[in-house]
Amino acid sequence: MSDHPGHHHHDTAPGEERIDDGEGGFRTYAVGLGLAVALTLASFLLPDSGIVWGPAIPMALIVLAIAQMGVHLVFFLHITTSPDNTNNVMALAFGVLIVLLLIGGSLWIMAHLNQNMMPMEQIMQMQR
Amino acid sequence: MSATVAREFGDPNRVGGSRKLPPTWVVSGRGEGGPAPKRIVTGYGFWIFLLSDIVMFSAFFATYAVLVRATAGGPDGKQLFDLRNVAVETGCLLASSFACGMASIAVHQRNLPRFLLAMAVTALFGAAFLGLEINEFAGLVARGAGPTRSAFLSAFFTLVGCHGLHVTAGLLWLLTMMAQFVAKGFRADIIRRFACFSLFWHALDIIWVALFTVVYLLGAGT
Repeated sequence: MSDHPGHHHHDTAPGEERIDDGEGGFRTYAVGLGLAVALTLASFLLPDSGIVWGPAIPMALIVLAIAQMGVHLVFFLHITTSPDNTNNVMALAFGVLIVLLLIGGSLWIMAHLNQNMMPMEQIMQMQR
Repeated sequence: MSATVAREFGDPNRVGGSRKLPPTWVVSGRGEGGPAPKRIVTGYGFWIFLLSDIVMFSAFFATYAVLVRATAGGPDGKQLFDLRNVAVETGCLLASSFACGMASIAVHQRNLPRFLLAMAVTALFGAAFLGLEINEFAGLVARGAGPTRSAFLSAFFTLVGCHGLHVTAGLLWLLTMMAQFVAKGFRADIIRRFACFSLFWHALDIIWVALFTVVYLLGAGT
């Protein structure tokens, strides 16, 4: 942050903002806050608004949440697509991969287990 | 710093292309120029920790999603969740995150009074969030919907409570950061610690976005 630009500036630390003067940094956070508030309001108002077809509401909420996480990452954590951010984005991508495997895999396996499980009475009979 | 460099500096995403940059700026990807500054190594290490923390949360999310219908004849999310309370909690965390951003700008400007003010606002909104959450938990337990009532409620209290514990730890960290800047000034190591703290605080907000969507909004709707 305090380092003079131009020297050994090969990478950016995550969360590090490039501020020439305080105003630029403030604008980033203000835009982030505005977008986050808008997306939060949309999430909370959507279910009762009737704008979205009922069965599609869960998917719409998940899309809004992913969009808001993106807003937080870019405007608050300053994870960007610039080349000096490559390491941070690669680590994030790996984290997202593990999260998707963990959540998706658990739901997939548990749904199949539920489907394939014998009714409870039969299990009780077998145990006798 | 020449005017050209200043102009390039106003282009953090390098949309103008890196060929116009001074040679020392071009990212080679071959580790040229020796090890990265400590500021970057520290931030990167903490980023890895945060991602591992998010992986841990994803395990709790998966557990919750698997157990959400296992109410054992007890109340489900639709009967229990008060979305107005959750909306206020969300507002508190967002305001807190924004104030934390103001604090990091104040650190950049080496402005101690402004930093302390921004951190105090961050702490107040964080504490308000925590108070609302504790109030909600106490209300649920009083209604007989404590963590022992059903697998759904066990998973709920584990997931939401784990986020609450993180906020509690973050609040303690926040107060020590205020004390450290007062006692030691804008020293490089303290600034690195603060950079880690602000990453932590913003990351908690990201987890809360997933939480209010998956647990509260989806839970109250289905």
